[in-house]
Amino acid sequence: MTDSALEAIHIVKRFGSVEANRDANLSVGAGEIHAVVGENGAGKSTLMRVLAGLFVPDAGTVRVHGRNVTGWDTRRAIAAGVGMVHQHFMLVPTLTVAENLVLGQEPTRGVRLDLAAASESVNSLCARTGLRVDPSRRVDALSVGEAQRVEILKVLYRGARILILDEPTAVLSPPEVRELWTVLRTLKARGDTVVVITHKLDEVAEISDAVTVMRAGETVGCLRTQDATPAAIARMMVGRDVVLAGDLVRHGDHAPGAAVPDVARRVALEVTDLVVARPRQRPAVDGVSLVVREGEIVGIAGVEGNGQTELIEALAGLRPTEAGSVRLNGREIVAFDVRARADVGISHIPEDRQRRGLVLEYSIADNLILGLQHRFAHRGVMQRDRVRRNADRQIEAFDIRPPRPDVPARALSGGNQQKIVVAREMGRDFSVLLAAQPTRGVDVGAIEFIHARLRAARDGGRAILLVSADLVEVLALADRVAVMYEGRIVVTLPRAQASAEVLGPYMTGAQRGAKLS
Amino acid sequence: MIVLAFLVQALRIAVPYLFAAAGGVLCERSGVIALTLEGWMLTGAFSATLGSYYSGSAWAGLVCGVAGGLLAASLHALATVRYRADQVVVGIAANLLAVGATRFFLRLAFDSSSNSPRVSGFDWFAAVSGGGTSDGASLLSSLANPLVLLGMLSLPFVSWLLNGTPFGLRVRAVGERPDAAVSVGIHVGRVRWLAVLGAGALASLGGSYLALEQHQFTDSMTAGRGFIALAAVIFGNWEPRRVAVACALFAIAETLQIQLQGLQLIPSQFVEMIPYLLTIIALAGVVGRSVSPAALGRQVD
Amino acid sequence: MNVLRRLAPILAPLLALLIAAVVGDALILTFGQSPAAVYRLLVDGTLGNAYGIGQVIYKATTLACTGMAVALGLRAGLFNIGAEGQLAMGGFAAAVVGLLLPVGTPALLAVPVCLAGAALGGAAVGAVPGVLKARFGAHEVIVTIMLNFIVLAFLNWIVATRLHVPEQLHTPDIRAGAIGRLAGAFPAFHGSAANWTILVALAAAGFMAWHLFRTRQGYELRAVGLQPAAAESGGVHVGRVWLRTMTLAGAIAGLGGTNFVLGYKQYYEEGFAAGAGFIGIAVALVGRNHPVGVLLASLLFAVLSQGGLAVNAVVPKQMVDVLTAVVIIAVAVTVPEMQRLVRGAHGANR
Repeated sequence: MTDSALEAIHIVKRFGSVEANRDANLSVGAGEIHAVVGENGAGKSTLMRVLAGLFVPDAGTVRVHGRNVTGWDTRRAIAAGVGMVHQHFMLVPTLTVAENLVLGQEPTRGVRLDLAAASESVNSLCARTGLRVDPSRRVDALSVGEAQRVEILKVLYRGARILILDEPTAVLSPPEVRELWTVLRTLKARGDTVVVITHKLDEVAEISDAVTVMRAGETVGCLRTQDATPAAIARMMVGRDVVLAGDLVRHGDHAPGAAVPDVARRVALEVTDLVVARPRQRPAVDGVSLVVREGEIVGIAGVEGNGQTELIEALAGLRPTEAGSVRLNGREIVAFDVRARADVGISHIPEDRQRRGLVLEYSIADNLILGLQHRFAHRGVMQRDRVRRNADRQIEAFDIRPPRPDVPARALSGGNQQKIVVAREMGRDFSVLLAAQPTRGVDVGAIEFIHARLRAARDGGRAILLVSADLVEVLALADRVAVMYEGRIVVTLPRAQASAEVLGPYMTGAQRGAKLS
Repeated sequence: MIVLAFLVQALRIAVPYLFAAAGGVLCERSGVIALTLEGWMLTGAFSATLGSYYSGSAWAGLVCGVAGGLLAASLHALATVRYRADQVVVGIAANLLAVGATRFFLRLAFDSSSNSPRVSGFDWFAAVSGGGTSDGASLLSSLANPLVLLGMLSLPFVSWLLNGTPFGLRVRAVGERPDAAVSVGIHVGRVRWLAVLGAGALASLGGSYLALEQHQFTDSMTAGRGFIALAAVIFGNWEPRRVAVACALFAIAETLQIQLQGLQLIPSQFVEMIPYLLTIIALAGVVGRSVSPAALGRQVD
Repeated sequence: MNVLRRLAPILAPLLALLIAAVVGDALILTFGQSPAAVYRLLVDGTLGNAYGIGQVIYKATTLACTGMAVALGLRAGLFNIGAEGQLAMGGFAAAVVGLLLPVGTPALLAVPVCLAGAALGGAAVGAVPGVLKARFGAHEVIVTIMLNFIVLAFLNWIVATRLHVPEQLHTPDIRAGAIGRLAGAFPAFHGSAANWTILVALAAAGFMAWHLFRTRQGYELRAVGLQPAAAESGGVHVGRVWLRTMTLAGAIAGLGGTNFVLGYKQYYEEGFAAGAGFIGIAVALVGRNHPVGVLLASLLFAVLSQGGLAVNAVVPKQMVDVLTAVVIIAVAVTVPEMQRLVRGAHGANR
């Protein structure tokens, strides 16, 4: 393809032992808007960073207009007209719009910075693209949508004709999204090439000419948008047909839904109108209500960044709530701190085990009591023999390897690290378990093990609130499935009515529905 | 006349603060903690004395003073920027180093543990007027010093540098969001190196002023002035204009204390505390909280 | 690689000492002396005779306390630059208590009361940055530095206006609470300042080790220092741990003040703490924040400090100040370098 503006061919990129890109391919035609879709961790952002010169690939080729530019740096990428708009804005909050725009390529008059010329550039770029922003305002006073306009202008100021946007709509309100589309169409009309990463299939249909689907570090397909249906793209994204079926067969006897939750069962966790605020943006959790009954797993599906993290952390007591109520077995606990919540029966498997779940320098034994340290102390002194016995018991029960209590958690594989967290949070008395991404980055054996534990706890009458970016996991475990989108629960379905096809439109914002159960 | 004398004395006290605080603003705005202002001043004072002693010229002393400050600052930049050592640890140790090294070389050069011999300073007016002894003459002679003028210009200069030049823009970016600076192709390390060197040069000018004005180097002669300058930087919220006001405030308080010494209105120790107390209050945010550059002290790799 | 990994914690301080030795050689050579002879003089003057050993013990006692005060803070992720002020306030408080007690109070009562006063005095100074950090997020480094100046000026004022002996910069002799010299039991130490406060330092080290590694609070303290987010998930109130740690660190530094006040001069004198707080940082760094390491490192820096006096006739004693500073900088440079070396070049690519 000689008319490709931007090509990535067989890109491999590793971080330590993790392969973020295994065989990533992309071919973007000149003057088109090209969407790249895939689940979290599919390797989209990594590939984009390789293209923009932030990462050097371990293998593979990058071409711009047919020229091999593999391994270039940001400077050369910018010079060649390739610019990236990052998901987390690369703007200096204390500088003005104009200053941010020209940073690194400042116009000068003598030795002085020519701010008048900088403002002039902003205004002329604004006029050309239809993006409106006041060059003299400080960036920390801008709304998120305005900040994104500055990011796009910044890239254009540097002469970019190929723009890469990493999840540009993730933080935007619907009117801002519409405005962004207008801008991208304007750019396309000028002959620019645009690559957009997104999770949301409605956006793909609306804006793109072509779409590339990635999964697990590989490119699984490239289609013209007009030939693709959202359902087909969703299937490619998650590889559902094969994996989902396999999962159901494997766990046939424990299949979710086998223990149909009795509505008369006692409510263990009741959340009402919970709001978690976020600075300068709409609330991360925007009035969520849900119930989890004893003996059921409620799975929250959804694309990451739609408030799941904040919801779980708020329920665990790690994040202040703006409004709403949290009841555990009928008792209001919204004012409780982390330890008090744990003591009345909330267990929490945090989504980021390396940061929140474990003290990596601590031994397995010490990590197995994190959060329970007050129960392993007598008059303030740690009871080391009890800590040790607890470790021996949990290591055996959860098959943690190596089975040596004194080894620091840092030395363990991801799966065994996660088993420490799971053992700690499930190996004690609890009534509600908050399980966030319980099997992320964990090997297959550990996944099955952890899933079996979750089911066993459910069958033992515990209430489990599961959050996973992996729809397969939610469908394999949950008795009821809720979808979170933009801080709200947009649909709740019994497992029997839930499927990738049904949930997909809700997850991608294409459909919003009333609560069904 | 009393008012004038008061102002002149306050100005003379303020000059070293202004230099060091200007260096502190530059350094901290680039994200490097300026704990070593004291050490750079002391190094500057000592090397200025050496230069002036061996050449007989205050100008040569000044050049040597700045060279000494640059040397000390490059050690700092090497450790914290190049090798990413902890800025606080290196900052504290570099002050110890400056005190120890100046004492050591004081013994080596002048065989004294307390002070150097008399060296030449900027005595233009005294020379012209034949050493006039009137109050007016002595006032003017203490102002007829290029370093007083430079000192008064140091913070406006840093302000211009930060707000009016591409380099200053980059310094501000690097001190706030180094990742954003990297994403547009700026070398964070290079910017920080230059900022630290500039700070070392400015602070050493303050030290040179002290030594050349007193016509000698005395052991630990900076006596905490670098920390008062740092206090001014923080109390002035890292903005040159407000930092200049803070320096003036501290200098006036000190002058008042000296002038009113006989009256025993406020114990001198309490006047000494003022800059530090104000800084802590500003940090705690009781009145108009000080907000430091976001990447201050953070290593970039 | 594995050997390197195991040796890494010791390797960095050793390399730092080596760098310091090279700098020391250079300094000695500028004075036209032979490094070997000067180092021999240094060792002979410190460890070569009982008086020298006594002086080393005396100096190590103070440094061990300030070193622990810094190390304890670092264990909780806090940089306690305030050991100097905490030490001075502790010594002053001990002197005040000793002055208030009636003459003839039995040592068995007077000494513990004076020690308690010292610990409280230091703790009060340590608590200030703890509160400001926990409550307002004020950076403890700047607060402790500024507080040092405030505390020293305040003590200076009190001593100058209320408590001094005419023509002197110190308080009157304490009436009770004096701690005996080691020379009382071991005559060989005669003339040296070594006193039984060393037992206080050793007890403090024992307490610190027990507190850090055996108690629930210590478990939480280390977790906060290593991974605050994980500690928070484990139900730990990070701010409370900061406050508690800084208070405890201040108390330990304050106890160090009794070495001079109760054990040596029997009065508080302005400037007795000079430099001990900053060298405490070196002690903590070289001792890798472990009580045993801190004790050993305090001996090392005490030898350097006393050795400076021993060689002063041929080389200025300030040489050891330079060496101390070089050790700190070299440790600060080599420790992260070593860690990078051992962890390999992960993510070096950007």
